[in-house]
Amino acid sequence: MSPDSISQTAPEGVLVTTTSASTQSNPVVPDPRTPQPVPDPVGTVPPTPSAPRPRRLPTPIRPSAFGAQDVAVLVGAAVSSLCLVWIVFYQLTSLSGGLGFLICWYLAFLGLTWFGTAQVIERQVATDRVVATIVVSAAMLVVGIIVFIVAWVTYKAVPSIHWGPLFTKDQKYFQVADPNALNTVGILHAIIGTFEQVALAVLIGVPFAVATAIYLNEVRGFGSRTVRTVVTAMSGTPSVVAGVFIYSMLILTHVLSYSGFAASLALVVILLPSVTRVVEEVLRVVPSGLREASQALGAPEWRTVWSVVLPTARSGVVTAVLLGIARIVGETAPLLFTAFGSQLINWNAFSSDQGALPLVIWSDVRQAQPVLIDLAFQAAFVLMVLVLILFVLARLFSRPKGKGGKRKANQSEDDFMARIFIPIPIEERES
Amino acid sequence: MTTTLPAAPPPGHPQPFTGTYTLGEPGQIDAEGVCAWFSGRLVLETVNLTMEKSKVTALIGPSGCGKSTFLRILNRMHEVVPGAQLAGSVKLDGMDIYGAGQRAMETRRHIGMVFQKPNPFPAMTIAENVLAGLKFSRISPASKDDLIEESLTKGGLWNEVKDRLGELGGALSGGQQQRLCIARSLAVKPRVLLMDEPCSALDPTSTLRIEQTIKEIADEVTVVIVTHNMQQAQRVSDYCAFFLAEENQPGRVIEAGRTELIFGEPTDQRTFDYVNGQFG
Repeated sequence: MSPDSISQTAPEGVLVTTTSASTQSNPVVPDPRTPQPVPDPVGTVPPTPSAPRPRRLPTPIRPSAFGAQDVAVLVGAAVSSLCLVWIVFYQLTSLSGGLGFLICWYLAFLGLTWFGTAQVIERQVATDRVVATIVVSAAMLVVGIIVFIVAWVTYKAVPSIHWGPLFTKDQKYFQVADPNALNTVGILHAIIGTFEQVALAVLIGVPFAVATAIYLNEVRGFGSRTVRTVVTAMSGTPSVVAGVFIYSMLILTHVLSYSGFAASLALVVILLPSVTRVVEEVLRVVPSGLREASQALGAPEWRTVWSVVLPTARSGVVTAVLLGIARIVGETAPLLFTAFGSQLINWNAFSSDQGALPLVIWSDVRQAQPVLIDLAFQAAFVLMVLVLILFVLARLFSRPKGKGGKRKANQSEDDFMARIFIPIPIEERES
Repeated sequence: MTTTLPAAPPPGHPQPFTGTYTLGEPGQIDAEGVCAWFSGRLVLETVNLTMEKSKVTALIGPSGCGKSTFLRILNRMHEVVPGAQLAGSVKLDGMDIYGAGQRAMETRRHIGMVFQKPNPFPAMTIAENVLAGLKFSRISPASKDDLIEESLTKGGLWNEVKDRLGELGGALSGGQQQRLCIARSLAVKPRVLLMDEPCSALDPTSTLRIEQTIKEIADEVTVVIVTHNMQQAQRVSDYCAFFLAEENQPGRVIEAGRTELIFGEPTDQRTFDYVNGQFG
């Protein structure tokens, strides 16, 4: 029945449907929304269409899920390869060495995984499974190493910590023969030094880094490609070179003495390129439409950058700075010939040598006194916690916050924010 | 090749930019012999067009025919693009905006622009977005609250956001964001408002709402709108200019005139084909 014929033949106010047309012989038009009960042959049970029925849903499955069979193949491969390699390694060839055994076991495990999966499923899946196993085990290895480092330092540091003296004393009263020396020494001098040096480096370096990033991405002036190349090359500078540079340029020439300030200048050399690159990355993902909108309102260029681009990228810039701090707080080499390391508290970063946490680790862990070795591990622990706090802060700042907390989740906005924070290259700290 | 609008351009009353923003009188734009290049490639050739005061002029035509380029030339946004060049003159009430001593920033305060994609400043609240243009120009209005209300009312957004002016601009829906952008442009009291496909990213309801807004503001500001939507051009515009770039040719104005004539009795076959959807 065509729509035209409906409108022509149907009386006004009556909805004509194909259902009613096909059931014209039946005076009762069934309501398609309520389930029709099966007609009772005897006709004694009245239909109860409104009776609530329990909804029965099928069990959800994921066809690609990792099942018991797959686990069995993996466990089987692991166990049988262990046995196989043990027999070959120690019994047949009488080789030795734990690392070699582990590597052989791993390779045999991969081979048997492939073979087993190929037998149970098929060869294509087997290759896929082996590659997945390699990737997963590589990731687990990295995580394992990091966890091991953290756990080891914590294990070495925490049991011997005397919290009070650690944060209130320097190493002035250290006595070699004293078995309870940890009650009289601490790393306050190093904490003060690190704090002042990093703060000065950030105060000096961040404005320059942000300005450079703006030059690279907003001004795009003459030579910005050269500048970008230089910044990239600079970020590969070995940190010891930064220390040598400041040492030979400023300290040997008697412009500065050994001081926290000289150390912070060396840290600036490390901080500048890394913060510049991250800030540039953050500025790049600010939509260009915002700049155009600002210009179309008659804003001068500096206004566009100051009032539109930087506020939009604010949390990204804060993240960049925090990551930059985390990058330099553990640097040791630039401090060696600049701060020089003092065992006494020196509040003045501008005169005479100053301690720093990395320097305490560097100098004390090599000493013969167990107390100093403990102290070095405690300094390493404090440094680690410091870096951890910085990373947590960076993550917190990277979350966009709306005023009044009533901000609706806007898809494009979220995408934009996600784009800001995912591509940040978190560089491995060297040194 | 090009046709000026049928109504002869009035002599115009040249007035220098005063630099005050007390009241934006609608302005008239005369484009004479406008050509545009991107990296040495001619994309727009000798456009002569008058955009009448207090009227809505629609620029229509297929993609890549230079409509948007022409629009951006009208408030000196073309020169922002690297490698972009142009020739010809654009006069705002008789004053050449490309004349010696004219600054682009100054021009853009008189000739505002609304973009294809809604782009409220995400770090600013709704109220701050409206006042952004004034802040950029370092102008403090007599009453900020009045200006916010006035601009948002003109943008057709006041009733929806009057209780949430402190929220961020990104919290609005796409259509509301675009109306916020219109309000933001109107807050600096421009003489001309350029709109580059303002509804192409919006749903039909928001589109209708913005068309309503365009009609309402046309008394106070001359509107030039680029659109791909023929019905929209018919609905909102008083004048219409048809741009076309034939194969391996730069874009040109094929025909321009009153909207009902362009759509009703076009003189050029190509215009007829385009407005009737038989584009070849």
